[in-house]
Amino acid sequence: MKHPGRLVAELATVVIAAVVAFPLYWMVLTALKPADEVISADPRPWTLAPTLDNFTRALTVQSFGRYFVNSLVVALVVVVLSLLMSFLAATALTRFRFRGRTTMLVMLLVVQMVPVEALTVPLFFMMRSLGDTVPAFGLNHLGSLVLVHLAFSMPFAIWMLRGFVAAVPVELEEAATLDGASRFRFLWQVLFPLVAPGLVATSVLAFIHAWNDFLFAKTFIISAAENQTLPLALQVFIKPDQNDWGAIMAGSTLMTIPVLVFFVLVQRRLVSGLAGAVKG
Amino acid sequence: MARGDGRTAFAYLTPALLVLGGLMAYPIYQLVLISLFDYGQEQVSGGAPLEFLGLGNYTRLLGDQQFWTVLWQTVGFAATCVIGTLVVGAALAVLATRVRPWARMLLFLAALGAWATPAVAGSTIWLFLFDANFGLVNEVLGSTGFSWTFDRWIAFGLVAAQVVWCSFPFVMVTLYAGIKAIPQEVIEAAALDGASTARTARSVMLPLLRPLILVVTIQSIIWDFKVFTQIYVMTGGGGIAGRNLVLNVYAYQQAFAASEYGLGATIGVVMTALLLLITIGYLRALRKSGEEL
Repeated sequence: MKHPGRLVAELATVVIAAVVAFPLYWMVLTALKPADEVISADPRPWTLAPTLDNFTRALTVQSFGRYFVNSLVVALVVVVLSLLMSFLAATALTRFRFRGRTTMLVMLLVVQMVPVEALTVPLFFMMRSLGDTVPAFGLNHLGSLVLVHLAFSMPFAIWMLRGFVAAVPVELEEAATLDGASRFRFLWQVLFPLVAPGLVATSVLAFIHAWNDFLFAKTFIISAAENQTLPLALQVFIKPDQNDWGAIMAGSTLMTIPVLVFFVLVQRRLVSGLAGAVKG
Repeated sequence: MARGDGRTAFAYLTPALLVLGGLMAYPIYQLVLISLFDYGQEQVSGGAPLEFLGLGNYTRLLGDQQFWTVLWQTVGFAATCVIGTLVVGAALAVLATRVRPWARMLLFLAALGAWATPAVAGSTIWLFLFDANFGLVNEVLGSTGFSWTFDRWIAFGLVAAQVVWCSFPFVMVTLYAGIKAIPQEVIEAAALDGASTARTARSVMLPLLRPLILVVTIQSIIWDFKVFTQIYVMTGGGGIAGRNLVLNVYAYQQAFAASEYGLGATIGVVMTALLLLITIGYLRALRKSGEEL
């Protein structure tokens, strides 16, 4: 009796899922189409002659490969540093009682509300003067992007890891100490593996944040073309009136695939990680 | 507490504090400071002395007709995005509870794809789909040559649709989890008492979901208020003669295109203040609904 209604709902679901996924399908399809089909006046939703020409053009002519590596380096360095620092800070804030602890927790919350986009002007000048002493962290260098994304991802990472560290029973630390483990060993060999689910969720978010960034890459990397990241490189393709859509879509695909794979791989853990943080 | 705990805690905190102090707290202080000066290209290159303006940049901004246009556009644009995101997200969350797992799986996979797409890539794909000459949409509608990014409101609508596309999944997944967390007995009890489906939804499920709806609403407001990438990429930096500007892009253009760094910082301060007001409202609403911080 209930079934006709459910069938209609399922039909609607399939149609909606197709509509939502369509832009991504069109992106991959266009990236695989030969040049004449891309600009054909009668675009077909399939292609009989898939080719990697667009990818080759994107990777060689626009040296997309270089930008891909740049983006990857920035995102991975941010993830590793942010995890280490946030894990230590979260441990300090949950395992120790000290003066100013509550103030720091409140500050962590407040700082998360600040629109980081508003900080482009002061950060631009800070990076400019930092570059005079340490060129690797100055404007036009990837180090400047690492620094800002590290700072932006940490408040949330600390906040989230706090719940995971708190969930590890204190008795475990006492037992480890009785067994003669130093504080250092307990930290890295017991606590660190136990908060792994939280680390997964936080690293995904930090990675995506750094990988997707457009504004700061645009502001900081002004003249050093070799140090651009993917979001900026994609912009270079877009010219008024004569866009090479095949190559643009190939570039977009290259940019989207890593995030998509990452997302699908960890979605279970991401959800449980987020749930854990809320519970904590 | 053992002796030396304080020192250990401090040692653990130091790296994080250095980074956050240097790259969050100090820039916030600098932002406010710069907004009080006439800080343009000449001052940056050292060609002219810094001039302290006090609130001069603020009075100039508030007296500027364009600022008010941009502010209202931002509010309208954000409101459209928020409402669109919530309506689509909530409707699809409900739909997901009504279908068998295979259909739900399809929907969630598609949503995950939209969610994971980087903003620049997503904006570019949409730009291609709606391209005047080679876009699929114009081919299908038979309106080849029609520009979707020329008219101010059509352009805003297109960008808003893109924003909804990539942000409804968060709302959908969160609300779906919320609906699933409602104990089945509660709904059965309502049905036994003779409540219709609509009545159960309105009087039983909605109140239970209220805290969650509040969270996703405020989260969406905060996100959509500071959209940068989509507007910048899709309207080419704020549209013809800046008619598609929102606050974030406006601040960027004033600072880095017009070299009015002081004014750019001022817009940044105004934006931060507005968002903090929204956030305070959020925290108060949370407290009222009995949520623990």
